[in-house]
Amino acid sequence: MNPGKILLVEDNPDDVALTLRALKSHNITNDVVVAQDGVQAIDFLFGAKDRAAAAELPAVVLLDLKLPKVNGMEVLQRIRSEERTRLLPVVILTSSDEERDIIDGYSLGANSYVRKPVDFVEFTKAAQQLGLYWLLMNRAPPPPEVPDLRGRGASHPHNRGRSTGR
Amino acid sequence: MSIRDWPIRRKLTAILLLISGLVLLLTSAAFVTYQVVTFRQTMRNNLAIRARILAANSTAALAFANEADARELLDALKYDPHMVAAALYDRNGRVLATYPAAPTDDRIPAAPQADGYRFEGGRLVGFTPVAQGGNQRLGTLYLASDTKAVSDALRLSGIIAIVVLAIALLAAYALAAGLQGRISAPILALAETATAASTRQDYSLRAPKFGEDELGTLTDAFNQMLGRIEEQKKELQHHAMRLEQRVAERTRELEKRAAELLAANSELDAFAYSVSHDLRAPLRSIDGFSQVLLEDYGAQLDDAGRDSLHRVRAASQRMATLIDDLLKLARVTRTEMRTERVDLSGLARDIVGEIQRTTPDRQVDFAIAPGLEAEGDTQLLRVVLDNLLRNGWKYTGKQPQPRVEFTAMDENGDRVFVIKDNGAGFDMTYADKLFGVFQRLHSSAEFEGTGVGLATVRRIINRHGGRIWAEGVVDQGATFYFTL
Repeated sequence: MNPGKILLVEDNPDDVALTLRALKSHNITNDVVVAQDGVQAIDFLFGAKDRAAAAELPAVVLLDLKLPKVNGMEVLQRIRSEERTRLLPVVILTSSDEERDIIDGYSLGANSYVRKPVDFVEFTKAAQQLGLYWLLMNRAPPPPEVPDLRGRGASHPHNRGRSTGR
Repeated sequence: MSIRDWPIRRKLTAILLLISGLVLLLTSAAFVTYQVVTFRQTMRNNLAIRARILAANSTAALAFANEADARELLDALKYDPHMVAAALYDRNGRVLATYPAAPTDDRIPAAPQADGYRFEGGRLVGFTPVAQGGNQRLGTLYLASDTKAVSDALRLSGIIAIVVLAIALLAAYALAAGLQGRISAPILALAETATAASTRQDYSLRAPKFGEDELGTLTDAFNQMLGRIEEQKKELQHHAMRLEQRVAERTRELEKRAAELLAANSELDAFAYSVSHDLRAPLRSIDGFSQVLLEDYGAQLDDAGRDSLHRVRAASQRMATLIDDLLKLARVTRTEMRTERVDLSGLARDIVGEIQRTTPDRQVDFAIAPGLEAEGDTQLLRVVLDNLLRNGWKYTGKQPQPRVEFTAMDENGDRVFVIKDNGAGFDMTYADKLFGVFQRLHSSAEFEGTGVGLATVRRIINRHGGRIWAEGVVDQGATFYFTL
């Protein structure tokens, strides 16, 4: 149905292995791309140097919060601030259930907040449900139009004229 | 202004004038009276002497009833302008001659009266016997003199008295005005000093001393009092200053403590945050890979091997619960309190509903008194009731007719909330361990638990400024009491 990819942003290799195992054991065959820190996630979404290199957007981002270099909240902030990824579904998947993290996550525009259960059986269930929900049930936002930045900038020349006209 | 409100100078002057005036007045009156009395006495004596002389001269005229001689004799009285009338009566009381010769009015009595002189109707009148030799009475002489001399004398002494009075009063006034200062000056100085001291709060002032009399003693006492007040004021100021210093010191200390506390709190915050994120991750790996082993290699293990892995998983999950409970306990201390009116009965009903929904297989009789209310933080009080009610639910697990009650009572004016169950209870010997972190009175095999719940409850109650205590009997139940 939806051939989208999952971007898993997770620095702990154990968690990566367990998440992959949980997803695979429930026949969620979509490609899972793993970013091991915030910088890798941003590179994947926006391209290392320029926009042209950016890969196709994933169907959902599973985002851990405590990450080396650039943390999860900063990644989320960046995603929401860019026109291209403004509507991208982001699920925070993390160890903490600190109220502050939950409030900050939703405030920055997370679509969901899931705490990783310690019990692997529970964890597997959660991963399965997340995969099913975001890949199969949820309708993704339409792919964004490629913005012509140069054209847009030139279409409002009167703005400058007005500010200097006095 | 009433006399009572007169200044003391005027009062003293008035008193002195009044006394001296009264004395002078009495003295003058005595003087005038004495003058008048003596003068009248002298006048009467003079008239009597003159009468006797005249009587002696008129014996012949009377003896021979010689009217002409008698008239001539009396006529000589004209040289005394005060003589008003005179008459000579013969032995039978008939008038022989009068002065003036032809009297114009009834100044001359028709017949002689009793001998002697008296003042009568503004005149001095008198009858003197005219006798020859020893006792042969020939007739009677009558003389009347006016009293102008008396009134003249009276007027003169009156004028003298008034002049002396006026001069004496003036002198008295001058003296009084001068001397009243001796008494009023120290009093006025005292009053002035007292007013100045009280209005300016200046207790270093001293009243001047004028002498060693009672006013001097009063001034000394007053000055001593001012001195003591001054000393006490200084002492008070000293104390106030020291108090201020101490307050400032304490404030600095408190500020330092508050800063330290703030630092400690934020450290605790960071610690809890780190625990929340980092401590659980390894547990997930332990549990996850144990499960992976069980799933992928379970067949290659014997029962003991599989049992070991199950134990590893159970332990890691239990560790996760412990971490969660500890984080809750930390959160109870860190979260800000919002005090409001809390419907405890309503909260308890919600919690009981939740318990019954999630564990439909157990029937516990919950009795919640209606209308229990308290001031506090709703979220935190929910944690308290949740822990205590779930405890009641948990420890009645082996009781055939489990019952948990939530009521309240008043004790010494305090509202005491009571949660009572008929469950496993506890030994009162260990009552003090009930509320310690990780302290448990039952094994996990008997009753599940981490030993953090009651510690959390006590911390919340303490934050509300309340108390919590418990009573229990083994196998008969436990009762928890708390105030807020």
